[in-house]
Amino acid sequence: MRFIDEYRDDRIARALIEEIHRTATRPWTLMEVCGGQTHTLIRQGIDELLAPTITLVHGPGCPVCVTPLALIDEAIAIAKRPDAILCSFGDMLRVPGSSEDLLMARAAGGDVRVVYSPLDALEVARRNPDRTVVFFAVGFETTAPANAMAVLQAARLGIENFALLVAHVLVPPAIVAILVSPGNRVQGFLAPGHVCAVQGWREYEPLAREYRVPIVVTGFEPVDLLEGILMVVRQLEEGRHEVENQYVRAVRRDGNRAAQAVVAEVFETCDRAWRGIGVIPKSGLRLRAPYRRFDAEVRFPREGAPASESEICMAGAVLTGRVRPDQCPAYGTRCTPSSPLGAPMVSSEGACAAYFLAGRPPAEVPA
Amino acid sequence: MTEGFALQCPVPLPPGASVLLGHGSGGKLTQQLIREVLVPILDETGSSELARLGDAAVVRVGDVRLAFTTDAFVVTPAFFPGSNIGELAVNGTVNDLAMMGARPLFLSAALILEEGLPLEDLGLVVTAMAEACRRAGVQLVTGDTKVVERGSADGLFVITSGVGLVPEDVELGPERARPGDRILVSGPVASHGVAVMSRRAGITFEGELASDTQPLTELVEAMLAAGEVHALRDATRGGIASVLNELAEASGVAMVVEESEIPVLPPVRAACEMLGLDPLYVANEGVCVAVVAPEDAEAVLAAARRVPAGAGAALVGEVLEGPPKVSLRTSLGTTRPLLMLAGDQLPRIC
Amino acid sequence: MCLGVPGRIVEVYTEDGVRMGRVDFGGITRAACLEYTPEADVGSWVVIHVGFAISVVDEEEARRAYELLAEMGNLEDIDLPQSPEGVRAEDYRPGGPR
Repeated sequence: MRFIDEYRDDRIARALIEEIHRTATRPWTLMEVCGGQTHTLIRQGIDELLAPTITLVHGPGCPVCVTPLALIDEAIAIAKRPDAILCSFGDMLRVPGSSEDLLMARAAGGDVRVVYSPLDALEVARRNPDRTVVFFAVGFETTAPANAMAVLQAARLGIENFALLVAHVLVPPAIVAILVSPGNRVQGFLAPGHVCAVQGWREYEPLAREYRVPIVVTGFEPVDLLEGILMVVRQLEEGRHEVENQYVRAVRRDGNRAAQAVVAEVFETCDRAWRGIGVIPKSGLRLRAPYRRFDAEVRFPREGAPASESEICMAGAVLTGRVRPDQCPAYGTRCTPSSPLGAPMVSSEGACAAYFLAGRPPAEVPA
Repeated sequence: MTEGFALQCPVPLPPGASVLLGHGSGGKLTQQLIREVLVPILDETGSSELARLGDAAVVRVGDVRLAFTTDAFVVTPAFFPGSNIGELAVNGTVNDLAMMGARPLFLSAALILEEGLPLEDLGLVVTAMAEACRRAGVQLVTGDTKVVERGSADGLFVITSGVGLVPEDVELGPERARPGDRILVSGPVASHGVAVMSRRAGITFEGELASDTQPLTELVEAMLAAGEVHALRDATRGGIASVLNELAEASGVAMVVEESEIPVLPPVRAACEMLGLDPLYVANEGVCVAVVAPEDAEAVLAAARRVPAGAGAALVGEVLEGPPKVSLRTSLGTTRPLLMLAGDQLPRIC
Repeated sequence: MCLGVPGRIVEVYTEDGVRMGRVDFGGITRAACLEYTPEADVGSWVVIHVGFAISVVDEEEARRAYELLAEMGNLEDIDLPQSPEGVRAEDYRPGGPR
């Protein structure tokens, strides 16, 4: 596959690994924000090949993991309604809610359908005019343009039995939250490549300046990640703190203007609770007033018991890189992908799942 | 202890639990259901052959060794690129027999038809079954037909059983893998699962994808004639990864496979990339794993490749001493475990 | 967060007033919305995320950047994967043509 396979070349990867070790004169701690990047790093064992020169801390780049518990419960409640169909990306089906997950809701008779694209959900709405089709709109800035288009199309085509359960989150506020948190050890960032394909990297420039951290927009294949890490390390060694772009084949500084415009038409920023982390101001998206009728929370106002989270799960600490998954006392014992206590163990992009599926043993000294 | 957080653990099965879709995925949940619920009760009836959990049972009847197997086919949709449920049902049972070294001879078929199923569809399925029997050299000699109410059968379900004869000098079984053995995969993986998914609602794509369903009898004969094969298992749901784990578990050995050696057709790989699926966990219908004595590995590989069903065969790894586990070596030289699939592998977004 | 896969546009059409494309990912094709990449046309490579093209691949930039990487890895020649054209249906059938 072109533009993928050549970035998996292990000769180039090994050369980059050597160059990183040669370039660093001291250990550095970096954070990759995107779950997709975490996944590749752990599965390929790249973190092990870079240790101890480079310590990789995993960020909250898993939208499945940070979707608020209350919204999961809401999705489950909607799925169980006879007058509704809940459409979702496959990832979301096994994320634990307060007492069950969407897969169990389906087993109990709820109409839950896995779709690949929000346009597929719109098609389901078209074919089922007697029920409301709710699409669980989870994701970062990468996915917002797709969801925005689905809403625009629904409005244009008069498909009124369509709604979004909006759980969009934004990356820059999360990076700031990590940078200002006490005890932050992260010295450089790999910014998420596809978020930046949409957004560009302008909004990361003030962060690099103010917090004096190098930020490199990075792709997802092993060679991309290693090249991005090398670029961060070079900046750190040279005392620079700029935004650079490793993922040149897909990302430009201004990003995708057309996509940004449509998102701005349909959505506006709002405060958003990140599961395990808490509310981060102006870190989410919600439907603007002219499109509020497509908001599932307006169509199906939330009722019922308040959400209750596992007291054992340390997702918040893991998602902000304060604790490594293998350091959680429940890792691999009470919490596994088949019986997860929290989202990061069940999402295939969650850091806990990445560690578990890569066979990393529990740490000697738990957190 | 925490209160108010009563997460229902699907595994193990607490009282009041019900069957989940994941129990049919061919992975850990399926194994758990079989080993902890079904076998302990059903094993009371017989010879301990059931607990062996081979692809087919091999039992002695007088002078002959009979291989006997059964399989249920519930694939949805019933028609998918390259094939349909009828062909699958015949090849699946033929292959289960072949995996024990048997020459498949006779099949039975039970059809469970949903009210409202177009007769034309039924005709197509049954025609495919007849054609598949001819191709595999087996005879369909008995059957049964039932009809259930609309909504109870996804169109139709097919259950086939089969018998065959195992030559005296053939000894195959999942428990026979030994340290030092080499692991062979008979062809490119994940083709079937991807072909089926290509039609399932919500995940549609077109392209040159076809199910790999085919009888493996000729391939097995060629391999057995070329050298010492210890175990054979056809990879169905749960993918190659599940088969490797099952073999490792049954034989009490460890295995290591090279990620870059595992054959996958380019469009199948592309589909897996797009959907975020790992081809090692995606279903197959015409691929088997063979565990071969090391001195015969090259000969068995060459023999496999001379047969159409084995054209894409490859040696992918080896068996080691140690507690049962399967490891995957990446092209970077790092290793990670190839775990048993827990539930269903769902396409992901990110 | 970002399962984005590069593919080549093989057809462009309009559906329900929206610009759509048939995108080839190396042997499989799928429909994707091209509204966000108006500059892309048949033959362009785009990155597809959840059924939408979110970015056009800059092939020239990619080649330049990759040459540097290849040098670093001491690759004698760059062996780029072939484009999907010219591969026949039978080649994809397990075991060859039936």
